Amino acid sequence: MSLVIGIGNETRGDDAAGPLVARRVAEAARPGLRVIEAVCEPAALMDAWAGEARVFVADACAPLVQSGHIHRFDAHAARLPEALGAVSSHGIGLGMAIELARALNALPRELIVFAIEGADFAPGAALSPPVAAAIEDVARRILAEAG
Amino acid sequence: MVERRIVVEALARVEGEGALKVRIKDGAVEQVELNIFEPPRFFEGFLPGRDFREAPDITSRICGICPIAYQMSAVHAMEAACRVSVTGPLRDLRRLLYCGEWIESHVLHIHMLHAPDFLGYESAIDMARDHGPAVQRGLRLKKIGNSIVSTIGGREVHPINARVGGFYRAPSRRELLGLRDELLWARDAAREAVLWTGTLPFPEFEQDYEFVALRHEHEYPMNEGRIVSNRGLDVAASEFEDHVEEIHVAHSTALQARIKARGAYLLGPLARYALNFNRLPADVQEAAKAAGLGPVCRNPFRSITVRAVEVLYAFEEALRLIEAYREPEEPAIVVEPRTARGTWATEAPRGMLYHRYDIDTDGTIKTARIMPPTSQNQPSIESDLKGVIAANLDLDDAALQARCEQTIRNYDPCISCATHFLKLDIERA
Repeated sequence: MSLVIGIGNETRGDDAAGPLVARRVAEAARPGLRVIEAVCEPAALMDAWAGEARVFVADACAPLVQSGHIHRFDAHAARLPEALGAVSSHGIGLGMAIELARALNALPRELIVFAIEGADFAPGAALSPPVAAAIEDVARRILAEAG
Repeated sequence: MVERRIVVEALARVEGEGALKVRIKDGAVEQVELNIFEPPRFFEGFLPGRDFREAPDITSRICGICPIAYQMSAVHAMEAACRVSVTGPLRDLRRLLYCGEWIESHVLHIHMLHAPDFLGYESAIDMARDHGPAVQRGLRLKKIGNSIVSTIGGREVHPINARVGGFYRAPSRRELLGLRDELLWARDAAREAVLWTGTLPFPEFEQDYEFVALRHEHEYPMNEGRIVSNRGLDVAASEFEDHVEEIHVAHSTALQARIKARGAYLLGPLARYALNFNRLPADVQEAAKAAGLGPVCRNPFRSITVRAVEVLYAFEEALRLIEAYREPEEPAIVVEPRTARGTWATEAPRGMLYHRYDIDTDGTIKTARIMPPTSQNQPSIESDLKGVIAANLDLDDAALQARCEQTIRNYDPCISCATHFLKLDIERA
């Protein structure tokens, strides 16, 4: 069994990327593939992936290269770059959530993160076209890697 | 002449952007400035013209960790203007919602932001490697607080269910009872967290604060009460601005505040605790004592324990409210606007949050004033810094800087809230 987690807030423009990736993956109804949407709450993430061997996480991230650019990280290979992360100490970003899990020996055996660079995270903003295209791409890649 | 300067360009493990400047000359603290340079966000400027029912949703965007405080101060102020009072199960739901926010905010601050200071870690992640069980307990406590907020507020982040008059949807009794098992675990875990914070190494430091908080006839205050202090202040919210003024200082984009007759005052957990200790249930008082607290605490570093005590109280109160809950007939009462002024204060996790609105007969907001707790606490933060620095001049600059940052984090400052408004005067020559 593999788990796909889409993280984000669909009312905030490109932050909808994670949940929309999850929904595209769920549409495939692949046996052995569980799909959920979540906010970035460390304890909830650790509960969700507890016992799972293989986990894919999709989330939007801060703009670095260009909108729609896709990053793929193996959480066991290296820390997620801080530049991609949350801008508030009150919102624990995915990077910090993963490092907390690592410090608590609570990472799944395999954790792959797909981060899509967003352009507009304003409340009520529409999804930007490059991010919309990246969502389709990431969903395909997750389905291909999940086997 | 020996001069030492400590400059922290960007404070870590606080919400928002702030900096610290200290100048020590010949062994005397000459200058302490908490620089807040987060861009002011002009909420008071764009609320006029909006409908009074929009105030809770607009003001709650000021802050991501205390949105409920803004919703509650806003809805109560508007209801006061309209001369209505929300009672019964809807009142209890509001209090339960606030319990969830206190838990979320305090637990995050205790474990992720402040405890690392006391244990000598740069971050909560470093601390988690050596103090795994305590951090895991904290993460689970926060998650349970989130579940209270999402169950009643509709969403964990920026909850959407509160409105003037009550709620858009009242949860069922079954939904609330579904939280009970986790709350029972959490109450016991919260007690352990109180005792754990009591074992932390605390710097010896005290200030003779003027504590200001709400005080209610019989409950530990959240949504209701008179505004009182330990130096004789005892007023309704409608009289607050007769006694307190906001001032602008050059080094901060957040307005500061002082009691006109006396100066700086302190809001937040230490103030609530000092002014309402006898409103805490006996077992919560006992946990506080077991963790080294008396009925009044003047050491700001021990605020971490006071926050843990308030978390324990919030879980106990949540259990009581859930057990007693009976579904209301309607999720909200009807509120008709009138030309009037409404003022109210509620106890945000960081301290008393004051709102004042003037509205018109058709419900249009004419004026708005918001005084967040971190704004009001700025003079006390700077006063604490002066005292802490003066008492620790023997430390080298790195250690003194760390102590200063720990001092600021005693207040769990929310700089995003503090910079909600600044009046802008432009002179063109």
